[in-house]
Order: sequence, then C-alpha cells, then structure tokens
Amino acid sequence: MFSRAYKAAVTLPPVLWVVIFLVTPYALMFCYSFWSVSAAQTIVHSWNLANYGVLLHVDVYWQTLLRSMWIAARVTIFSLLLGYPLAYFLSFRAGGKKDLLYQLVIIPLWVSYLVRAYAWKTILGSDGVLNTLLQYAHVTKHPLEFLLYSPFAVVLTLTHIYTPFAFLPIYAALEHIPRSLVEASHDLGASPAQTFWKVILPLSIPGAIAGATFAFVLSLGDFLAPLLLGGPSGIMISNIVVSLFGAAYNWPLGAAISLCMLMLVVSLLFFSERLEKKWSFS
Amino acid sequence: MGHFVTAGGCSNSAKSMITSEIPMASAPELKSRTTLLSVRKVAKQFGKNVVLKEISLEVAEGEFLTILGESGSGKTTLLRIIAGFEKASAGEVWMGEDRLDLQPPYRRRVNTVFQNYALFPHLTVEQNVAYGLRVAKRPESEIASRIAEALEKVKMSAHAKSKPSKISGGQQQRVALARALVNRPRLLLLDEPLSALDANLRRQMQVELKALQREVGISFIFVTHDQEEAMVMSDRIALLRSGELEQVATPREIYGRPATAYAAQFIGHTNLLKGDVKSGVVCCGDLTWTSDRPDGPVLFSLRPENIRLLSQTASLPTLVRVQGKVVAQAFHGATELIRVQCAGGLVLVVRAPASTSPLDEVLLAFSPIDAIPVTKSAERI
Amino acid sequence: MSSTARISNSNWLFLHAVCVFAFLYLPIAVLILYSFNREGVGGFPPHHLTLDWYRTLFGDGPMWDSVLNSLQVAAVAMAISLALGIPAALALDRAQFPGKALFRRLVLLPLILPGIITGLSLLMLFNLTNTKLSLATIILGHGTALISVATTEVFAGLQKLDRSQEEASLDLGANYWQTFWRITVPNLKLPIIGAALLIFTLSMDEIAVSFFLIGRDNTLPLEIWGRLRRGITPEINAVSAIIFVFSLVAIVLWYRLRVRGEGQPDVGTEITAAAEGQMV
Repeated sequence: MFSRAYKAAVTLPPVLWVVIFLVTPYALMFCYSFWSVSAAQTIVHSWNLANYGVLLHVDVYWQTLLRSMWIAARVTIFSLLLGYPLAYFLSFRAGGKKDLLYQLVIIPLWVSYLVRAYAWKTILGSDGVLNTLLQYAHVTKHPLEFLLYSPFAVVLTLTHIYTPFAFLPIYAALEHIPRSLVEASHDLGASPAQTFWKVILPLSIPGAIAGATFAFVLSLGDFLAPLLLGGPSGIMISNIVVSLFGAAYNWPLGAAISLCMLMLVVSLLFFSERLEKKWSFS
Repeated sequence: MGHFVTAGGCSNSAKSMITSEIPMASAPELKSRTTLLSVRKVAKQFGKNVVLKEISLEVAEGEFLTILGESGSGKTTLLRIIAGFEKASAGEVWMGEDRLDLQPPYRRRVNTVFQNYALFPHLTVEQNVAYGLRVAKRPESEIASRIAEALEKVKMSAHAKSKPSKISGGQQQRVALARALVNRPRLLLLDEPLSALDANLRRQMQVELKALQREVGISFIFVTHDQEEAMVMSDRIALLRSGELEQVATPREIYGRPATAYAAQFIGHTNLLKGDVKSGVVCCGDLTWTSDRPDGPVLFSLRPENIRLLSQTASLPTLVRVQGKVVAQAFHGATELIRVQCAGGLVLVVRAPASTSPLDEVLLAFSPIDAIPVTKSAERI
Repeated sequence: MSSTARISNSNWLFLHAVCVFAFLYLPIAVLILYSFNREGVGGFPPHHLTLDWYRTLFGDGPMWDSVLNSLQVAAVAMAISLALGIPAALALDRAQFPGKALFRRLVLLPLILPGIITGLSLLMLFNLTNTKLSLATIILGHGTALISVATTEVFAGLQKLDRSQEEASLDLGANYWQTFWRITVPNLKLPIIGAALLIFTLSMDEIAVSFFLIGRDNTLPLEIWGRLRRGITPEINAVSAIIFVFSLVAIVLWYRLRVRGEGQPDVGTEITAAAEGQMV
C-alpha cells in the first residue's frame, strides 16, 4: 500500500545519516588503527600493523584489558545476584505492589550517572560517610583505606549503576511466563522450589543473558567511575584510551584499542543473541 | 436458515440447460446498464503463494455485487487490489476509460468500508466523516452541510461530537458508511462490514444497507463469507474459491442452477448424485430417468427441498421414486432436514415441512428437471 | 510442611529485595541529606542543617551557563533524533531494502555500545573534516546516538497501530504526506512524546560521548565533572539534589502519560529491547 516514493522518503534520510555519522566514524576508527604518529606529533597515513603488535607485546595494554574484563565480569555477576531474585520477587511475590516497586527500580536510572558515582565517592572516602560512621560507632579506629580508590569501589559503583539494567530484561522474561505453566507444574505435584528450578528458571534464561550482556558491555567500556573512584589499581582499558587521545597523543594506538573493544562487544552481542535464541522456546 | 428465495427460481429456470462452463450471465435488468468497473485477468501472488488466478469481473453502474468465498479464497485481496492497497501481480483494473490500478489509492474514486471500520480514534464522528472532504480542501460551509446530510442518512446526527470509542459497533458501522459515502465515490467497497455485529443487528443492517444502496445508486462491491447474507443483499454474486471464480450470477440463478458442485454445496444444502448417461437414460445407482445429455458420467445437484415425501398411494408418473429408511431428522423450525438411507447405498437429504411424529420408512420422489448437472470440483477443504 | 518452606523463602526474597532497594537508594539519600549539611560532604552524623550550598549554587554563573547549554543541546538533539528516528521506524516497519537487518542493528548499536566508542569515532570524523568542536558537535553526537530510542519506541507503536487506519485515510483521498500528519502521527502521539522525554533526559545526563566532543562551552554533566576532578565541593550535592527532583518530575510526567496510554513502552522496555538487540 505504500508507494516507492514513500518508502524512499522514510528510508533514505536515516540510512544516509547512519552512514555518515555511524558507519564512516567506525570506518575511520578502523583506518586510524593502522596509522601511526610521527616524532613531530603528526598522524602518518601509512598502513601497518604496528599498533596491534604493541597491544600484544606491551604488557600494560593486555593486562589492563584483562583486568577490565575481570571487573566487568564481577559487576555482571553481582548485578545478576542482586537483580534476579529481585525480579523474581516482584514478578511472583509482590502482588498488587508490583507496579510501584517496578517504578522504584526504574527511578535511579533517571538520576544522573555521574551524580550517583560521585555519591559513592562521598560515601566511601577516608573521611566519607561510611568511615566516619564506622568510627562514630567505634567499629574501627582508623578509616578503612581500601574502600575508595580501589577496584572494589569501581565494582561496587558499577554494580549499583547496572543492577537495574540487569533486572529489567529478567523481569520482562519472568512476566512473560504464562502463570498457567506455574499452576500446571504445581498441579503435577512439583513443589515451589522444583517449579522454580524446572520451569521458571529455564524460561527466564534469555532475559538473564540479555541483562548480563548489558551489564558486562557497559561496565567494560566505562572510564568515568574508574577515574573518579578507581585510583591507580582501578584503571580500566577505556582510561588508557582516553589518555592516548589526550595527553599521550597517540590516536592510532587509541583507535586500535577502541576497535578491539568494539569487536569484543559486537562478538559478545552476537553470541548472547545466539544463546538467547537457543534458550527461547516460543 | 430456510432459503425461501429458491421456490420460484428453480422451477422456471431448469429447462435442462447444460452449463459446462462458468456462466458470466448477469441479471436481465442489469444487462442494459453500462459497465463501471472492469477487472481484467488480475492475478496476485505473495512470494510463491498464489492468491488470485487471472480474475476477470465486471461491475455495472448501480449494481450490488457480492464477492462470496471462504476465508483464504482471495476475496479480500481482490478488494484491496481494487481499492489500491495491494498491487496486482498481473492484469488490469479499469474504471470507465481510466486505468485504475496505476493510480494511488487516494486518487481513486473508490471508497472502502473496512472490516473493523478503521474509524480514526483521535477524531470525533463528525471529524471522521469530514476527513475526506477536508483533505480535498472543500470549503468549510460545503463540508458542514455534506456531513450533516451524510450523518442524517445513517441516523447518526445525534452522535456527531462523540469519539468512535464511545459509540456501539452498529453505530460505528453507520459512521464508517457515512464517512465513505460523503465523498460521493463511484464505487463503494465493503469488506465483511457486518461480521462484527451480532445476528439480530446484522439482519437489520443487511436490509438497511441494501435500501441505502438503492437510494444512493452507487455501485457496491460487498465481500462476505456468509452465503445467506450474499443471497439476501446482492444483485449478483461472484463466488470465489482458491483464487478462482466458480460462478458469477444472480442469487436465484446461482442457487437454482449452480454451475459447479462447489457452488451447489457452498450456497445452500444439496445432494450430489453421481450418474451415468447411456443413450438418453441417466443411471444413478438404482434410480433412472431420461435425459437428452450426451453419454458419459455426470454429476447432478438435487436440492433437498426438491425431493418430496410421498404417501404410498400417490401416483405421479413423471417423478423419479425411491424407497428409503430415515436415519436422522434435524429440526429447523418450519422445515426439517431428513436424512434417508435409500436402496443401493444412496443417501439423500430431504427438506420437508416439520412433522410431529418421527418417520421411519418413506417413499421419496423428485422431478428430473430439478436434478441440475454440475461440473465436478475438488472436495471442499 | 511445604507452606512453611514457602513462607521462609518468601521472607528471604523480601529481605533481599529490601537490601537491593537500600543499595539502590543509599547514594541518593546521602546526596540529598548532605546537601543540607554545613560541614559539607562526609562526617557522620551530619549536623548544622543549612541552605548555604543552595545559595552558593544559585550565585554560580558558570554552573547555570552549563545548564542552559545542556538544555539547548538536549532540545536540538531531541529534534534530530525524532526527525530521523521516526522515519527509520517507518522504514523498518514497511519498507524492504538491501541491508535492512544491518541498518536495524547499526541504529540500535549506540544504545548498548560504551559511549567512549561513539564519542571517539565521531571525534575522528570531526577531526578529519576540520569541524571545530562545540555544542554543535555534542548535539550531533547525542542526536545520532539517541536515534535508537526514537526508533524503538515508534517502531513498537507502529506494531500496535492498525494498518487499516492509514489505508482508510488514503482511501478517503489523503495523500501519504497528509496521512502521515493527520493519522500516523496522532496515533503515535504517546510513543513520540515518550521518546522525546526519554531522549531529552538521556541527553541532559549524557557524559561519555560529550566528553570527547566538547568545545569551549560545558554541558552540565561536564561542568560537574570538571569540579569533581578538582576535589569534592558540597555545591555538587545541591545541584545533584535539584537534578534528582527534576528527574522525579519527569518520571511522574512519564508515568501519567503511560497511565493514559495503556501499555506504552517505558524506559524499562526500552532497555530490555536494546539489551536483547531487537525490537519488541
């Protein structure tokens, strides 16, 4: 029913925009990763694999990448541990309060990311809320120094930020489970625990995969929380990229690292989609 | 469920006419009228799925044509091609001198009443009706008088300011009609417009719709799967089956002289008799009668109401008779359908005035002219 | 027997939920509380409640400049995202073109991609074309990244829109342009307003992309960021508390909207859709 002109009119502008402002920049990133910087601080447009060689051979790069993945993995696990039971509680046990509680999970998402990260800084600092509270209550004499400027602080903050992201797809998946299935399971003699393990959990796996992917990917690329709360030991891969694009002025190497991240993320998305498909039965 | 329309129809039409091809005859009173719409060899396929196969059909000025078919027969697709929502894979659609199928839907002087009415929920009844006139940029004074007139015609003036969600299904139906007719289309398409209404309202709307069509004199193409509705309302019925036209004829003709076994079965009840003609005599199991058909196998449609229950004593030499045992009786109000197991394994369904007592052994009789030869169609799906 | 087990399970779940909510709301509560604390951040218990930090904040010129900048950026980015996201949703819903699947993925990508990648790749583009970094480059960045929001919301709306609505309009003589403005847009009013609200809020809060595209003028998050780098200033608590209140207002607005338009997508379904890499 829609003419060719109509289809062209709605298709061309967004496609063109996406080509100019998404595809071209990604392509540019790809090109940059093969270029280099001269001694005079100019970009040399000659093609070589030197940047990727540096990534493999200079320890700090791949070690930081591994550490970032480890931080992201911990954030993912904690987000799931916090988010899944919460989603289950809301979906199956909260009754009439369900919608209100759901909104309560959403609200922190609307509060500035930066502001929440900063709030954790004021809580965890050596003269912060937590330490002064502990001293006030005579739990410790001296402030606990490991709280701030550590991977711990980064993981805690990122978990705080990404728990709602993990929660949402899980909750959606649980909500889509027909209640008659749960009743059928009980009817066939399964206890609530058995019903959970044999019916509810398998059917909510795609949601959990989606939530985990989200938490992992977003925390992997984070550079603000580590800058704010991480200290030297909490540096993540994006912080290196930021400095390469800033003071260190080595855009090509930064582009190579970014491209590796992009590849990592895209392949993760690809595999998680595969996994979700495998686990979805509808 | 009675089809009382039939009584006259069959008796004067069935002069042993042989109709081996699909007849394209139109009702006598329409023959003189000019053709408004002409569908020429229109075909449609979605991917590999063939929905319409070379359909040719003409609609006269002021005619009420019904496209009748089961779901999946392609009737809605045909309608959507005429309206311009689908492009035909092959063929042409003409309206008078204009090639219609090349024009976008908004340039065609064709309007549609949608199955779910498709009233715009964000506009009032009045604004819905005014829509076509507003986009055509008619002067506001003209719009006002025309919508008033249109709403008057469908008795919806009182609800002009209501939103569609606040009025009943039947009322929405009327608004949809008004919204289409106010544009004075040359042809109105109606896609199962009554299917969402309950039975009583539906019967009432059938009468009103027919009267409205007579009054405005616009050609209607009405799509339905309900054969009874088709018979009540139409000047002609185009029976569509799996993307092909089975028969196009007046309701009386299509009922009294079905061209195919499918047409006979789909429109009303019928008995299909497999017979063999040998030198002017038809043999059908134990039954025989004379016929001037050429030799060979032939299929007959025999309507249940054309079979009579005879008292043993009656003697009518022109009738074909057969003895049988009643196996089932279904009460239908004024009449009942009786299933009779006859000699030679033949089962006949007979429509007779409802009787008070159960029947057992009966003598059946029918006139050979009521056995209409039909072409074979594949079994109904 | 099983009922007692169930009750205790429920209790554990309930306790867990309380803890998670406490965890989610603790920083927000601390922020607000300490924005009234004269000694500023830290120190337990807080004492000497005061409005001084709010007073300082209101006299803070650069901070308010950055708020104005952010409002401008968010408004224009919203317009761009809608102007491209709505056609993109229409294209995905009703046009067939080569590379459609790839296009869908590309449009959605910035929503799940770490902001640093979007920011840096655009930085390279602007560098190559000698575009001076300014609020305009931030707008282009936000506009591009947030097309995904408009597209998912409107696409979900289109899935629910009865196609015969538009057919009826064409049938009644309205051309495609008239049909779009008179039928399609009014029917998608809620998803469009919802997307606009969401894009505006996300843009106001965005920092990862802006971080790389910033010129001379700061947006609010970057202004806050700059001050945080210099050390903790209690004024930030005050501005954060104000942002929180505005966010709450946005949520209430959003919620009202949703109640009127039953089953409209919300930020939750938005994220769910993005996480699943497909449209609901």
